[in-house]
Amino acid sequence: MTSLLAATVRLPFLLFFGAFLFSCGVYGVLARRNAVLVLMSIELMLNAVNVNLVAFSGYLRQLTGQVFALFVITVAAAEIGIGLAIVILIYRNRETINVDEISLLKW
Amino acid sequence: MIRYAWLIPSLPAVAFFLIVFFGKRMPRRGPEIGIAAVFGSFVISLIILWHFVTGGEPATSSLTFLDAGSFFKIEVGQNVDGLAAVMFVVVTLVSLVVQIYSTAYMEGDRRYTWYFAALSLFTASMLNLVIADNLFQLLVGWELVGICSYLLIGHWWEEKENSDAAIKAFITTKTGDIPFMFGIFVLTIAAGTANIPEITHLAETHHIATGTLTVAALLLFGGAIGKSAQFPLHVWLPDAMAGPTPVSALIHAATMVAAGVYLVGRLFAVFAASGHALAFVGTIGSITMLIAALLAMIQDDIKRVLAYSTVSQLAYMVAALGLGEEGYTPGLFHLFTHAFFKALLFLGAGSVIHAVHSNNMSEMGGLRKPMPVTFWTFVIGSAALSGIFPLAGFWSKDEIISEAFKTGHYPIFVAALATAILTAFYMTRAVLLTFFGEYRGHGEHAAHPHESPPAMTIPLVVLAGLSVVAGVVFGPTGLFHDWVHVGAAAQKPVDYGFAAVSILGALAGIAVGYRLYARWREWDPLRRLGPGYVLLERKYFLDDLYLKGVVRPVQYRLAAGVYWTNQRILDGMVNGAGWLARKLGIGVDVIDRRAVDGAVNGVGFSTRWSGGLLKYAQSGNVQRYAVALFGGVILLAIGITVFR
Amino acid sequence: MSAQEFAFVLVAVVGGIAALRLVTSRNVVHAALYLVVTLAMVGGTYLLVAAEFLAWVQVLIYVGAIVVLLLFSLMLTKAPIGRETLDNQQRGIAALVGAGVLAGLVFLIQDYFAGKKIVLRPARTAQVGTAIFRDFVLPFEVVSVLLLAALIGAVVIARKEEAPEAGPERRVPLIGRRERVHR
Repeated sequence: MTSLLAATVRLPFLLFFGAFLFSCGVYGVLARRNAVLVLMSIELMLNAVNVNLVAFSGYLRQLTGQVFALFVITVAAAEIGIGLAIVILIYRNRETINVDEISLLKW
Repeated sequence: MIRYAWLIPSLPAVAFFLIVFFGKRMPRRGPEIGIAAVFGSFVISLIILWHFVTGGEPATSSLTFLDAGSFFKIEVGQNVDGLAAVMFVVVTLVSLVVQIYSTAYMEGDRRYTWYFAALSLFTASMLNLVIADNLFQLLVGWELVGICSYLLIGHWWEEKENSDAAIKAFITTKTGDIPFMFGIFVLTIAAGTANIPEITHLAETHHIATGTLTVAALLLFGGAIGKSAQFPLHVWLPDAMAGPTPVSALIHAATMVAAGVYLVGRLFAVFAASGHALAFVGTIGSITMLIAALLAMIQDDIKRVLAYSTVSQLAYMVAALGLGEEGYTPGLFHLFTHAFFKALLFLGAGSVIHAVHSNNMSEMGGLRKPMPVTFWTFVIGSAALSGIFPLAGFWSKDEIISEAFKTGHYPIFVAALATAILTAFYMTRAVLLTFFGEYRGHGEHAAHPHESPPAMTIPLVVLAGLSVVAGVVFGPTGLFHDWVHVGAAAQKPVDYGFAAVSILGALAGIAVGYRLYARWREWDPLRRLGPGYVLLERKYFLDDLYLKGVVRPVQYRLAAGVYWTNQRILDGMVNGAGWLARKLGIGVDVIDRRAVDGAVNGVGFSTRWSGGLLKYAQSGNVQRYAVALFGGVILLAIGITVFR
Repeated sequence: MSAQEFAFVLVAVVGGIAALRLVTSRNVVHAALYLVVTLAMVGGTYLLVAAEFLAWVQVLIYVGAIVVLLLFSLMLTKAPIGRETLDNQQRGIAALVGAGVLAGLVFLIQDYFAGKKIVLRPARTAQVGTAIFRDFVLPFEVVSVLLLAALIGAVVIARKEEAPEAGPERRVPLIGRRERVHR
């Protein structure tokens, strides 16, 4: 670890990585029919946010970003648990988990 | 001990979760947890009240919940002064009594356990509202109270009218909550803090401009109008009778509707700093107390009589607060005494309903003999409400009436005196129709009326005792004034001249009531009022006005528009464009023609037509919504970049 | 370019490609495996910016727990293969929006953060722990309650409805049926 001490990383590198992951996530959420894949894409977006949090945590020399990244991971775990439970329930009732076929909530 | 005041709302809140998760496993399926919790809160409340009896000082403490630096922070805290202590006792006591009563009343209900969970949450929310030391915590309690009342009013949601009543209550109070929220924003921004004691201090020392305070007070009062069912948003409270009767008792005595009055009392410095705001408060109070008392005269449903009487009594408190510093103590004293006898009356009515399986006084009568406990306690409650010496209502009501006269607010004085007479009249009518004469029950459910079980009558007796003593113990002795007062307004001795006037008024009301209703008549003698009776029967046409003027246009036009849209989405964009052009042509044509007939039709049609434009909003496909969301963000970003 | 940056670019390229494949693959199980790669690479970037505690949490929770959960749900539901069944009709506009978001973010980052550098200082686990349990205790507790709620909620939602108990008919309360509002 000592060799890292003096080293630097350019901030935009991490931010670009995060932005790319986020855009992939956006595409996935919008274009995937399978609900599980949509959830995976959401995970991608959350990870992009975490990358940004960690990057700025290092840049600003504060731990707040890392702590919040931890919270995001926790919330993501909760979200995926509930989300998958809903997916399984929907599958059991409707024999499909295609998001565009579950459009009951219209007039 | 006062440091642990936060336990008071916490215990019922914990009880809520315990009941939800473990209630059904308990031997009595839930209520024991709620009753134990609220009993604990009640004991703590008494200890804290004792702290004030022995001359203790108010205490405030808070911890930061969310800190956004110098910009903004949200705290949770407790602000315990005399007013809060009194409210703690009232809320926990009424809630305790209501829960005990409910164990018998709700026996065998489908959602028995859930009912008690909701009662606990309701109590906890109200206590949180009372203890709050900042506006945002207060707002949280405020909204929780709203949602709990929605849940409980609609407890028997299988019947459409019950769920309708719940929705009506929720949306009507929500109408008031919008100005309330903006009031909080205005006040927080103007004062630079959301902390209530600090705001009070700033307002008293004139650190906030009077104009700002007026705006804030009026906006905040909008919330009170909704929650405390003041004119013109009083329409939800009578319909809220759809809930179980003990819930009505809780809503009317301690929790929901008291919140609005409590809010005005809590932020009284903001109101007192602005003469206009006070005048507005007083005016609304005077109007409401009269129209509600008039409506109470003609109701057949016993719970509706009590509901309108609540509206009217709340208006008393509001009008008293509108008197300024002199009216502060009497107004809140009335809140205190009213809680006991109104809870008593509702629980008594519940006992009657339990016995005869009907809400209608035309199907009651003669219940004095089979239900002696209910009868006597109900009479005590009615007398207290009518302001008969020396029961609780007399002391608080008399103070309001005499203060109104002495401070020169003659319109409020006249309205209050007239309302006192009307109150005595309609309560006499209710008692006579319910308990005297012959039993008129008929039909399949006309059971033989019988006295209710002890779990229901004991609460009645306790409340009746309190209705007798609460006034005389706390009023003329100056005890209540020691706890709850503002500014330099001193405790005033009881003015027996005015006392005589208000008692005479009450007796007159009772005499007229007795004269008209001593014998049961199929034909209500009040019908002689002719058109006036019709006006009352239709509730001044306010419900019709709201339905036709607000609900229907929005509901039908928008719904029709949105429906149109969905028809079109299937045909796709191309057809949509053509349809749009055609519709536009028709629209122009129709507007053209209707412009001759009248602009009203045109407005309606254009609403419908613009509703048609909202078509893409209702496909039901989540991902389409998401595309719109992200696309919108991108467009916004581009727009901001370009036009910055 | 420092050694860290070189390593970072390597990790980021692998992670990026995996992310792209994740949202375009035609096989759900492959997608899940690409997710593993992406998440691991994200963990790698954490290591490279000296946030080692977070990196291990990332591997344990994401790769260890969440992906397993996802794979299980893929097993429990039908997992068809092919573009038509996995993607919906609005792929084009979705790609457009995704590209728009990327372009916007890149533009923003270039505008504000070009040339800024992170000076790496390892964040010791003890420091993270202190931060959590001193400055962020309340959010931490709230999050734990949230997790509990999610746990219970997931069980309640996914549980199969029990068959109604055979037995005496439940009592319907008289009051519930009788008491009503008269309009």
